[in-house]
Amino acid sequence: MHPPEPAAEARRSDTPRATSAGGIVDRLLLTLTLTGPGATDLGYLLHKHPDRVQEFSLPFGKAQVFYPEAEPERCTAALMLEIDPVGLVRRGAGGGFALAEYVNDRPYVASSFLAVGIVSVFKSALAGNCKPRPELAATALPFEVEVPVVPARGGADLVRRLLEPLGYAVDATPIPLDPQYPEWGNSRYVALKLAGTVRLAELLSHLYVLLPVLDDEKHYWVDDTEIEKLMRRGEGWLPDHPERELIVKRYLKHQASLYAPATAQLQALDAEGADDDAVDESTADGVEAAEANLEGSVLLRDQRLDAVEAAVKASGARRVLDLGCGPGALLRRLIRGGYESVVGVDVSIRALELAARRLKLDLLPDEQRARITLLHGALTYRDERLAGYDAAVLQEVIEHLDEPRLAVAEQNVFGTARPGTVIVTTPNAEYNVMWPSLPAGAFRHRDHRFEWTREEFQAWGARVCERHGYRVDYRPIGPLDETVGSPTQMAVFTR
Amino acid sequence: MKIDLPDPSLVVLIGASGSGKSSFGRAHFLPTEVISSDFCRGLVSDDQNDQAATQDAFDVLRFIAGRRLAQPRFTVIDATNVQRESRKPLVELARQHDLLPVAIVLDLPESVCQARNRDRSDRDFGPHVIRNQSAQLRKSIKGLQREGFRRVFVLRTEEEVAEAEVTRSSLWSDRSLERGPFDLIGDVHGCHAELVELLGDLGYEVAADGFTVTPPEGRRAVFVGDFVDRGPATPAVLRLVMAMVRAGTALAVPGNHDVKLVRKLGGRDVRIAHGLAETLAQLAAEPPAFVEEVREFLHGLVSHLILDGGDLLVAHAGMKEQYQGRSSPRVRDFALYGETTGEIDEFGLPVRLPWADSYRGRRAVVYGHTPVPTPTWVNNTIDIDTGCVFGGRLTALRWPERELVSVAARETYYEPVKPLLPAEPEGPAIEDRPPFVLDLADVAGKRIIETRLTHSVTIREEQSTAAIEVMSRFAMDPRWLVYLPPTMAPTATSSRPDRLEHPDEAFADYAGSGVETVVCEEKHMGSRAIVVVCRDGDVAQERFGVDTGETGAVYTRTGRPFFDDPQRNEAILAKVRAAAESAGLFDELETGWLVLDCELLPWSAKAGDLIRSQYAAVGAAGQAGLAATSSILEQALARGLEVGPLLERTVERAGHVDRYRDAYRRYVWPVAGLEDLRLAPFHVLAAESGVFADRDHAWHLDRCDRLVAADPDWLRRTERRFVQLADPAAVAEAVAWWEAMTAAGGEGMVVKPLSFTVRDDRGSLRQPGIKCRGGEYLRIIYGPEYLAASQIERLRSRNLGRKRGLALREFALGIEALERFVRREPLYRVHECAFAVLALESEAVDPRL
Repeated sequence: MHPPEPAAEARRSDTPRATSAGGIVDRLLLTLTLTGPGATDLGYLLHKHPDRVQEFSLPFGKAQVFYPEAEPERCTAALMLEIDPVGLVRRGAGGGFALAEYVNDRPYVASSFLAVGIVSVFKSALAGNCKPRPELAATALPFEVEVPVVPARGGADLVRRLLEPLGYAVDATPIPLDPQYPEWGNSRYVALKLAGTVRLAELLSHLYVLLPVLDDEKHYWVDDTEIEKLMRRGEGWLPDHPERELIVKRYLKHQASLYAPATAQLQALDAEGADDDAVDESTADGVEAAEANLEGSVLLRDQRLDAVEAAVKASGARRVLDLGCGPGALLRRLIRGGYESVVGVDVSIRALELAARRLKLDLLPDEQRARITLLHGALTYRDERLAGYDAAVLQEVIEHLDEPRLAVAEQNVFGTARPGTVIVTTPNAEYNVMWPSLPAGAFRHRDHRFEWTREEFQAWGARVCERHGYRVDYRPIGPLDETVGSPTQMAVFTR
Repeated sequence: MKIDLPDPSLVVLIGASGSGKSSFGRAHFLPTEVISSDFCRGLVSDDQNDQAATQDAFDVLRFIAGRRLAQPRFTVIDATNVQRESRKPLVELARQHDLLPVAIVLDLPESVCQARNRDRSDRDFGPHVIRNQSAQLRKSIKGLQREGFRRVFVLRTEEEVAEAEVTRSSLWSDRSLERGPFDLIGDVHGCHAELVELLGDLGYEVAADGFTVTPPEGRRAVFVGDFVDRGPATPAVLRLVMAMVRAGTALAVPGNHDVKLVRKLGGRDVRIAHGLAETLAQLAAEPPAFVEEVREFLHGLVSHLILDGGDLLVAHAGMKEQYQGRSSPRVRDFALYGETTGEIDEFGLPVRLPWADSYRGRRAVVYGHTPVPTPTWVNNTIDIDTGCVFGGRLTALRWPERELVSVAARETYYEPVKPLLPAEPEGPAIEDRPPFVLDLADVAGKRIIETRLTHSVTIREEQSTAAIEVMSRFAMDPRWLVYLPPTMAPTATSSRPDRLEHPDEAFADYAGSGVETVVCEEKHMGSRAIVVVCRDGDVAQERFGVDTGETGAVYTRTGRPFFDDPQRNEAILAKVRAAAESAGLFDELETGWLVLDCELLPWSAKAGDLIRSQYAAVGAAGQAGLAATSSILEQALARGLEVGPLLERTVERAGHVDRYRDAYRRYVWPVAGLEDLRLAPFHVLAAESGVFADRDHAWHLDRCDRLVAADPDWLRRTERRFVQLADPAAVAEAVAWWEAMTAAGGEGMVVKPLSFTVRDDRGSLRQPGIKCRGGEYLRIIYGPEYLAASQIERLRSRNLGRKRGLALREFALGIEALERFVRREPLYRVHECAFAVLALESEAVDPRL
């Protein structure tokens, strides 16, 4: 997550691999202002003389500290980082990368470097030391901070949610993407101003942890030392922070995968992959998270799992396929269900890796391990490994297929794999009006290719029965509304 | 004694310890063909005589034998095998791989075995062991045939062993030495008149006797079986077929009806149904000798035949790849009846498994058995039973021409249980056809793909794994994906102070490969678009198998549809189609479809998200950051701090950011509808008459120009310069053209050799095109300040090797996909190549190149 701190030996895996090659972000700025009488004490606090321009050498470039103003009532120190992006790319080259990582202001890089700049240049201030005037470091003082460009995934609102609980007055102003195209709206950067009366060490710790958390970019190499750093810098404030979970989750985001970089690379090729989190958002956690968010709580998700699990059980199946198993929410239940064989199939290798980890496959005793299999596969290709099962589940899967491709998936499931029971769940589009936050006509998730009304779903189901010789039974899942039905609809096909 | 062994088969040596099995094996077989239990004992325990390791040793033995038989390879088992329970798994193993088990028994006198064992220091077991083995062996001999050994050879003396002569014969079904041309004829079912007419149409002369046939020079007939039942003249048909086979002018395989007749004639109790009654009645009028002749003839037919150097297989009901060239009861069953699910359909007929859908063999399979309205090639297989006896047609396939010839039935001799044609030909019948399905195994895992343009291309497993996800989540119907475009390498890096790329290096590159003329084509800043356009829905259905009403496809370099909205898609296609009609391209290229390589503009139409989230974001952050920095520095300067140079650099950088924003803004214009888009075609890749990789770029551009002329407002011309590399003035003019174009904001140009494909003097394929991008465009790629001295010097050391390698392999794969499509190879063969292009694109290459 962070570039190496000067004290640490630089290891290749610690270096952000990619950054803006020509970048604007090679110039980062943070100003720190002390107001009130004795403002010039800031010089003591920071160990930097207000009348000098000082330069520091860092592993990734250089830092400059100078004071644009030094009045008795108001003294401002500026920390300016100049990063050598070309050198960094060279050092980090070799892994998978996407065009975006080069040209784009990799915001995490920006924020991470700024964090490292703070820890490098203001080391003793961050540690709460001030030899000439120890009482200054121990006193809460009226500070102001300005960071003209802060990448903030979650926008100004999240900036406030993270910083206000720490006692700051927060001014976060979104920066528009391009003044020439106002219709494009705002970028994900904000101009940040903070004001608060705190100890300097606290202030710097807050910035050190929260600037990278705000950008929330992907971090391919996170190791245990990051946890240790977070514990140290978060001491005294993180445990009580209302957004503690989000902070920890974002700070320690893992992305270890052999395949994910390659897939991300492919998606980026189309220039549509601008949402570089398509990989996990649409296939793994993201789906659940985004939908759960919309659907108000995880309640519906649990109801869906309950309903599907019960339907599998009622079918009397011994051998079960979970087609589009994602990170394994249903699998986790099924492996406790005493089935002879449970097979999870997903098109996303990343989802399967997550599932394997969550199911703790490598820890299962042989006898249990033999009953669970994870397979990489796609509904759009016929897969002989899927023949001979009693039941198959397609839980919230079909709506992720382009409608023209559905016929092939249908043939592969009902025609080729041909299990005795097929359980399909999908959103009921009629119910969408019950969510005021969802714009009319919009889908619940951006990877949904369609959402069907009950009538559309049942028309499809009838065609499946006719073509493949199944009978079908429809059931609602979730709260049932008289007019629009339930949020999720389920079909249980049997033959 | 002559021992003739089928090859391949599983040969089991049987004999007591000391009977000389290993010596026999050494004398007659390759060392690698013989798997001995002693050897396997050694493998698992380091001691060939460790009896405690016997169980493990036999597991290994069966495993090795199984892998050999799977290939299939001729395999010999050297173990005592004197007990029935030790032979049983071997017979099963042979069966499992559909090969014949053969036994060679060394039944030597016990005294000989005892004497030999005494001479061997490593055999320390007592004489009772051999005594028991000999006894068990004697008990076994009689039952070996019943155990399943198809042939049993017993050698009883040392002399017999010494004199044994071992030969090998290929399986009866292997007639690959029989070369065509052939005329393959579908199910006749006693339709003699139609058969005579069809033979006549094929150029065979049928004498007045109705059975003496003279084929055209060099041709032979091949019958796919079911000569008998249901029809009016079964004996006449049999007489003709038998005469032809006897005369060597025809080959034949039996059908299920023929086999049933044999059983009936052999006195077995069979159900008289499905037209057998008619046959029996007709035969009753024939002399008994003829009937016996028929029985012998039909009985002697081999269930399937591999012909023409192995390129062709004929079997009545087809043959899946796994069974080809093998021999077992279930292979014969498959040949006669096909594979069924065990279920019965609404007409009371068995539900057949669609083996042809998953057929992936390179050998063509011609079969009959199931009447179809029109014979169609499916994955290199074709059913030529067109239901003559049911009032359909009698069809022949000319091989290797692959032409179909057929005659109409003179009447409906027998009412089919299931209608031959769907009740409502235009109704739901089409929709009810199962969609075309590709196997995961067609794309998954490590793959090696042979291409015509270059040697084979290897796809690594992680590459195909990544592509499966992208292909199945985002790509369109694979039937349209007959091509994916290759990536393109940039020119070697320029050494000019203010340039990263310049045409000089591209020109030098081609000049070095012996290219005399290149074409410089304007590079449109849009999104690559492949347009597959059909003249109408019928072509889409006939040629692409797409029956959804779509008349083509417009897709991106990764196979994603450009437009989710089918109407918009069709509207685009209509425009392209109209232009192609008006330019006369369909007629000129004798085709109902075209594949065009194009650029779709503006860039923002498809890449709007990218521009906003990446490029605009960089601009926004840069502008805001530098403005703040400047003002802070100005403040500091006012205080008298030494930040003057820093401030200057910052102001200069703000200028770079402005130019950067200008660079992307050039490729952005609002798109409200189809009319705001522009399509710039630059290659006419393929049509029914061929893949145009053999035409030069003048040919391609000329046809593209004609398209553009047909709709000049909506289609955009690709500007170009043809350059003789030996002419300095022409080269200078082209460079000046490039300079002017890029200074005005153009992306740059692509330099291509005049020929579509170029090889160097060693025969290696060269890059099909090299891009030279303009300085301002590269700002988008390399960042606003890439020209700063501190950056550009280091940026110059970029590694082009990987990118160039990829570009070549992807180019070869893309052309290969088209070649296979034009040659009407099965979809999985086309898809394999298009998929491979996508898989290679997952390779990590510096994306700025």
